[in-house]
Amino acid sequence: MSLTDNIETDGFDLKALLDPEAAGEVIRVMQICNACRYCEGFCAVFPAMTRRRQFDEGDVSYLANLCHNCGACYHACQYAPPHEFGVNVPQALAAARNDSYAAYAWPAPLAGLFRRNGLFVTLGVSAGLALTVGLMLAMIAPQLFWGIHLGEGAFYRIMPHTMMAAVPLAISAFVLVSFIMGWRRYWNHTGAKWGGFPDLVDAVKASATLRHLGGDTSSRIFSGPGCPTGDDGSSNARRIYHQLTMYGFLLCFAATSVGTIYHYGFGREAPYGYFELPVVLGTVGGIILCIGTAGLFVEKRRLHTAVRHNEGLGMDYAFIVSLFFVSFTGLLLLVVRETSFMGVTLAIHLGVVYGFFLILPFSKFVHGLYRFAALIASAGEARRS
Amino acid sequence: MPNEITSPIIEKSWDIIVIGGGNSGVCAAITAAERGCSVLVIDSAPRDMRGGNTRHTRNLRVMHDEPTDVMTGRYSFEEYWEDLMRVTKGVTNEHLAEITLKSSQTLMNWLGERGVRFQAALSGTLNLSHTNAFFLGGGRAMLNALCRHAETIGITFIYDAEVTDIELENGFCEAIDVEWQGQVLQLNCKQLITAAGGFEADLDWLAEGWGDAAKNFLVRGTPYNKGKVLRVLLDRGAQPVGALDQCHAVAIDARAPKYDGGIASRVDAVPFAIVLNKNAERFYDEGEDFWPKRYAIWGRLVAGQPDQIAYAIIDSDGVKRFMPSVFTAITDNSIEGLANQLGLNPKLAKKTVDVFNAACPDGPINQMSLDGKATNGLTPEKTNWSAPISKPPFYGYPLRPGITFTYMGVAVNDRAQVLMQGGKPAANLFAAGEIMAGNILGQGYLGGVGMTIGGVFGRIAGAEAARVLNR
Repeated sequence: MSLTDNIETDGFDLKALLDPEAAGEVIRVMQICNACRYCEGFCAVFPAMTRRRQFDEGDVSYLANLCHNCGACYHACQYAPPHEFGVNVPQALAAARNDSYAAYAWPAPLAGLFRRNGLFVTLGVSAGLALTVGLMLAMIAPQLFWGIHLGEGAFYRIMPHTMMAAVPLAISAFVLVSFIMGWRRYWNHTGAKWGGFPDLVDAVKASATLRHLGGDTSSRIFSGPGCPTGDDGSSNARRIYHQLTMYGFLLCFAATSVGTIYHYGFGREAPYGYFELPVVLGTVGGIILCIGTAGLFVEKRRLHTAVRHNEGLGMDYAFIVSLFFVSFTGLLLLVVRETSFMGVTLAIHLGVVYGFFLILPFSKFVHGLYRFAALIASAGEARRS
Repeated sequence: MPNEITSPIIEKSWDIIVIGGGNSGVCAAITAAERGCSVLVIDSAPRDMRGGNTRHTRNLRVMHDEPTDVMTGRYSFEEYWEDLMRVTKGVTNEHLAEITLKSSQTLMNWLGERGVRFQAALSGTLNLSHTNAFFLGGGRAMLNALCRHAETIGITFIYDAEVTDIELENGFCEAIDVEWQGQVLQLNCKQLITAAGGFEADLDWLAEGWGDAAKNFLVRGTPYNKGKVLRVLLDRGAQPVGALDQCHAVAIDARAPKYDGGIASRVDAVPFAIVLNKNAERFYDEGEDFWPKRYAIWGRLVAGQPDQIAYAIIDSDGVKRFMPSVFTAITDNSIEGLANQLGLNPKLAKKTVDVFNAACPDGPINQMSLDGKATNGLTPEKTNWSAPISKPPFYGYPLRPGITFTYMGVAVNDRAQVLMQGGKPAANLFAAGEIMAGNILGQGYLGGVGMTIGGVFGRIAGAEAARVLNR
C-alpha cells in the first residue's frame, strides 16, 4: 500500500467526460497541494484551489484550463519526485487539460480527432492545401495561373472573389458554432458562473499580458521571473513568443477584416498598396506571427522534461507549425504578388488558411477558448471571495 | 582512486568548505565567495532533495520599522524580543539573540538582491503577515534562486556527499573526510563552515533524550539530517549547547510518512476538536490559544501520552473551520462507530464526548477571536471555542508527534566560531543554521525564526571566515 492511498481520489462527481485516471491524479495532487499552499503566489490555479475543499471533475477541468504549464510550481515543490508523494502539478493538469479538449469538442463524434491530433492537423491542413491548389490548377487556364496580374482585383483574376469569400464564410460559420457549443459544454461542466463585466475585463487583462505565465501573479508585465528552465534558471521567452503569436494572429485577423470593409464598404479591391492599412497590419502581424511561432517551437523543445506533457506534443507542434505556414505563405504572397508566381503562391496561401481554419475547433487553438473562460471564472471567484 | 569527476575537487586547495547546502550554508558560501574566496559546498542529499530542511520552510521572521511590499505594519525589535523571550522562557544566549533580531532587518533585501523572490502573505499562513516575509513558492524556490546565484559567482556544489570525519586538533581544522562517488576523499581547506543541520532523522539519537517514545515519532523534516557532522564536532571537543530533547515538534497526522512529510502532514483541527489519548481521555486544553500560537506545543503533548498517539475528534460543523489536510478524516455517523474505527474503547469515547458536550456553554463560537466559550467544570478545561460535538457525521484524525528539527547543537560566539570545551573558540571552524540554533532557541518556537538564525549566522560565518583570510 502506498502512503498516499489514504488520499481520497474516488467518490467525486464523475460525469465521465474526462479520463478517470487523469482526473483522479489531479484530485490526489490537489489534496496534497491544498494542505501545503506554498505555491499560491505563482498563478491563478492555487488561489482557485484554496477556494475548494473537495474537487469534482468539473473542478479538475477548470484548474487544468487555468494552468499555463509554466512549471514554476514543479521546481518549487517539496513533494516533487523523488519524494514519495510524487507531486507534479503541471503534468497532472496537462493530461487533464488535453483530455478536456476532446470532452467539449463539437460535434462530439469528432472528439476523437484530439487523440492523434498532430497527425490529424497535419493531414487536415495538407488536404486543404492540396484541394485548393489542385482545384485551381484544374479550373484555371495555365496562362492565367502563371500570368502576371497587376492592379486592383489582381487576385480575383485567379480566383473569383465570391468563391474566395464564400469558402471561409462557410468555414467560419461552422467554426463559430463549434466554439459556442464547446464553450457551453465547458461552462456547464465546470459549473462556472457569470459574475459580470468586471470579470471579463480582468480576463482580458490577464490574457493581454499573459499574467499567469510570469511565475509571479503580482509582477508587472515582464518583471516576473518567467517560466523556469529547470530549477536553475527562468526566462520570459515563452511568454514573449506566445504574445507575439497571439498579437500577430490578431493583427492578421484585423488585416482581413479591414480588407473586407475596403471591399464591401468602399468598393476597393485587393491587392492594396504596401502602405495601406490592410497590408501594414498583415505584414506586421505576419512577421511577428512567424517570429512568435518559431520561438514557441524552440521553447517547446527546451521545456523541462518533467513539465512537458509528451502526449500533447503532437498537437502543440502541429498547431504551431501550421500557424507559421499561414503567416509565412501570406508574407510570401506579398513578396511575389507582382510576379508570375502570384497564382501558385495565392493558391498555397489560401489552401493553408482554409485547412487551418477548418480544423480550428479540433486543434490546440481551443486552449485559448477554455483558458479565457477559466480566467473569467477565476476573476469572478476572486472577487466574490 | 580519483577520477575525472573527483580529481578537480580533491586537487583544489579550497579557501572555504561549507558542509551543508541549505539556507545557512548557501548564505555563508555566497558571502565568502563575494569576498573573493574559493568555496566548495558539500550536501549529503542528492541534488533533487538538496538543502536540508530549507525545502520545507516558507518564510523568515523579519524585524522592520515600516510596512514593506510583502509585510504589513511594523515589527519592532522590542516586540520581536518579547516574542522570543516568551517562547524560549529566557533559555537563550541574549547576546546572540540580539544580533539575530537586529541583523534580520537587512536579511530580506540581501536575499532579494541575490534572486530570492518574496510574496504577500495570502491564505493558510497562520496570520504572520506583519512578522514574516514569505518566499514566493516556498523554501525550495528560495533555495533554487540562491543556489543559482551561488553557481553564477563560481561556487562549486557536490551532492550525495557525506562528511565522515573532521580532523580537528586544538580547535584547528586540517582536513575533512568525505564519502563521495563511492570513494572516501580527504579534502583540505583553510576554513571550515559547518551548516549541516540537526539530528532529527536519527531516531536512536532522539531516543537518548526521549527514551523509547522516540520510536513512535514521525520526522517531518528531511531524512538527511542525521546529525553526523554534529556528532563528529562533539566527539572532537566542541562544546554542546541546548537540551537533547528540545526540538520543533508539532502534532501531525499519524498516517504521514515516517520521514519528510513536511507542512502537508499537519492537522489544524485541534482548536475546534477534542483530543483524546488512547485511553479515550482528554489531556489538555485544546482551545488555549489561537492555533498558530499553540501549533508547536502539541507535538510535545502527544509525545507525553501513552504510545505517543492521540485522536482529534470533531463534528461536521467543526470540520469546516480549518484548512483541509492531506489525509481524509476517518468518518462515522456515531461517536461509538468512529471510536471503533480509531481503535478506541467506544463506551469510554462516547462518555468523554458526552461529558464534554454537557460542559459546553450555549451559543455559537467565534473562531476569529479568543471567544471565551469555556467549558464549565471540566478537567482539563477547554477555554475557548467549546461547542458540542453533536452533529454527525463525526470525523477523526489520528495524531503523532512530528519532529521538524532539533535544537541541541554546538556553542558559538558572535563571530559564528565554534566554541571548544572550556569556552575557547576554534581557530578556523564556524557553524551556522540548525547545528547552532540551540544557542538562541533553548526551547519553544517562533515561526520563521529558524530561517532567520540560519541566514544571519550563515552570513556572519561566511564573512568571518573570509576575514580571517584577509578577504
